[in-house]
Amino acid sequence: MKKDKLVIPDHNTLFATDPYVKQREGKKAFEAPCSEQETAEALAYSKSAEYKDKNFARTSLVVNPHKACQPLGALMAALGFEMTLPFIHGSQGCTAYFRSHLSRHFKEPTPAVSSSMTEDGAVFGGMANLIDGLENSVALYKPAMVAVSTTCMAEVIGDDLQAFISNARQKGAISEELPVPYANTPSFSGSHITGYDAMLKSIISTLYTRSGIEAAPGSGEGTGEKLNIILGFEPYTGNFAEMRKIMAAFDTAYTFLGDHSGNFDSPATGEYSYYYGGTKLDDVPKAAYALGTLSLQKYAVKKTLEYIGGTWRQQTVGLSAPIGITATDRLLEAISELTGLPVPAELTEERGRVVDALTDSHPYLHGKRVALVGDPDLLIGLVQFCLDTGMEPVHIVCSNGDNGFKEEVEALLASSPFGAGATVYIGNDLWHMRSLLIGEPVDLAVGSSHLKFAAKDAGVPLIRVGFPVFDRHHLHRYPLIGYQGALNLLTTIVNTVLEGLDEQASGFNHDLVR
Amino acid sequence: MRQIAFYGKGGIGKSTTSQNTLAQLATKFGQEIMIVGCDPKADSTRLILNTKAQNSVLQLAAERGTVEDLELEEVVQKGFGDILNVECGGPEPGVGCAGRGIITAINFLEQQGAYEGLDFVSYDVLGDVVCGGFAMPIRENKAQEIYIVCSGEMMAMYAANNIARGILKYANSGGVRLGGLICNSRNTDREDELIMELARRLNTQMIHFVPRDNVVQHAELRRMTVAQYNPEHQQAKEYEILAEKILNNKMMTIPTPITMEELEELLMEFGVIEDEAAAIQKLQASGQ
Repeated sequence: MKKDKLVIPDHNTLFATDPYVKQREGKKAFEAPCSEQETAEALAYSKSAEYKDKNFARTSLVVNPHKACQPLGALMAALGFEMTLPFIHGSQGCTAYFRSHLSRHFKEPTPAVSSSMTEDGAVFGGMANLIDGLENSVALYKPAMVAVSTTCMAEVIGDDLQAFISNARQKGAISEELPVPYANTPSFSGSHITGYDAMLKSIISTLYTRSGIEAAPGSGEGTGEKLNIILGFEPYTGNFAEMRKIMAAFDTAYTFLGDHSGNFDSPATGEYSYYYGGTKLDDVPKAAYALGTLSLQKYAVKKTLEYIGGTWRQQTVGLSAPIGITATDRLLEAISELTGLPVPAELTEERGRVVDALTDSHPYLHGKRVALVGDPDLLIGLVQFCLDTGMEPVHIVCSNGDNGFKEEVEALLASSPFGAGATVYIGNDLWHMRSLLIGEPVDLAVGSSHLKFAAKDAGVPLIRVGFPVFDRHHLHRYPLIGYQGALNLLTTIVNTVLEGLDEQASGFNHDLVR
Repeated sequence: MRQIAFYGKGGIGKSTTSQNTLAQLATKFGQEIMIVGCDPKADSTRLILNTKAQNSVLQLAAERGTVEDLELEEVVQKGFGDILNVECGGPEPGVGCAGRGIITAINFLEQQGAYEGLDFVSYDVLGDVVCGGFAMPIRENKAQEIYIVCSGEMMAMYAANNIARGILKYANSGGVRLGGLICNSRNTDREDELIMELARRLNTQMIHFVPRDNVVQHAELRRMTVAQYNPEHQQAKEYEILAEKILNNKMMTIPTPITMEELEELLMEFGVIEDEAAAIQKLQASGQ
């Protein structure tokens, strides 16, 4: 049977067709556009040294900051737990943004509900919205836990979540048995990692307090587990798999405190459930029996680690993303120290293979100048990876980094000759990064999809790492951490460099072997 | 540690009464106290510091761009009687959101562990409970006892009743309780009886009747409490009695606010508002 070929125009081809070209030309008459010459002049000026100085002198304007809202992080934290419904108290549009943002990155549905506050909610307070919302969403989606975070609107008017939730219980809208942790997550302070931390801490402390369990560090009572692991605001589902692999090699039991890899990597079976995987709610209070807690994002879960170290009296080890050989070595040492188990031989062997691979590619990486953008913990991992491989960080921009982070990165850079040419910028945005890329060119830009515009303007290839990656598929399914992650990142970087060599080859040097 | 809050109509003498009382609590009863001023004007600690507070939390936060860059030592000042003082501060009149400012400032203080080692934290809150921000001090795990400063004037009593409504909202779900009405006398007719009756209807007590005395104003002009300006004065003794009553106060209740009509009836009963018949009689009498 013969079928006509189905032609689906894409974004590039469709808008190059005649009707769209004409439409654009026609619209110009009403848009009072600048002349092409003026546009070209402004563009050229935006690339000048004078403009760069002006750009860095700007005080009251932020352009494309590399961070997202607190509740977006809170939503991710909620999805790290079994049968948990993220509930956002505030306006509906905010919730739609968090859901689409996460779905664009993970290419998965993001279940979350909103109390849908409107103008009357802002005037009279959101209690009625919250109570009705809790009652409806529990009836519809039957969660085992509801995790409430807030948008700016509820925060500005000062809604008291604790009182509202207990009123909801008194009115019978929700049962006493349903745990409802809540976190105040105003987006006018902090970033997605602050919100992640606040929600994670609230979930852990709520479940612990409700259980009546007494923390007994190291007793391993009921579980035999020694270790809790927190990955944090983790854009890579592959990193959970990598951690599982590492812990399986150590052959020890552990608890992930927050594991959203199930919800953000659900299989297509023809049936959709709202809830996939996640840390079991019963396991959370029992985690207080463990010997210690290891976090791979210490800047992202500050408050949570403080809580675990304080209330649970556990030893806590806060690392940043273990990217590359040195950082992975440190991770394995930390696990070994906390559990008292030796580093498994199979991981040592894997390490050897990845060191081999790094040596193979080394000539193409050595001395490459790199610009980096991302969350604090990711940046520390990436900087360490650069220093490991002889790449030279030049511009490091962290919109949501604090002074402690800056000091740590600067100390890290000072530990290696490859770090000598780097400057760390905290609180700066991607428009600053654009000036940096243009003013002091680099060989590679490393960061999220948001960096693609500045990278293109500067003519630098972009290595997509971090959150969000909207314009490439499936990267989040591959680990970035551990020895395997080092190999994955190495492969991406070296092949981008090689691709560039081929593109720039004039003919005789279009080599078969690189 | 006890956390208490003073509420009341604007201009009723909340800050004056609270500072005078807390000064006694500190000097006569040896209590470690922190005053948290929750008024954007940042003048709730003036009499203890003998000057207007230099750095409010929000003023510094605005300069630095974020409250996270602040250190506790920059905003806490020690004053008379070793009382610690913090002013939340807030926006200029007519702009911004003072309520949100209070939330931000109190969160900052709690996160920084400002309350460690204290016997009393006292919040001094501007006006009525007008929005969520001004209710911040009476939320769960914050002030458990509220003292309403009022007088025998109608609007002061109206405000006190409104504040009781605010407390009721939080008392059902949390632990906040009304500790009593403090009558800061304006020398109106039968003022003590009137406030005692209002207290009874609100299911609370008039914890003390503070008589009016010019020494308070004299001290205030010199930016002092009476305890510092003229400790031997009878008025200092009055504040000492109030301080002792607060220290030993056991009557913590959930208030029962009344309606506007009931309040008006109450005022008529006490002759503050005349009913029509009495008014006509009076007019006729004066017309002779």
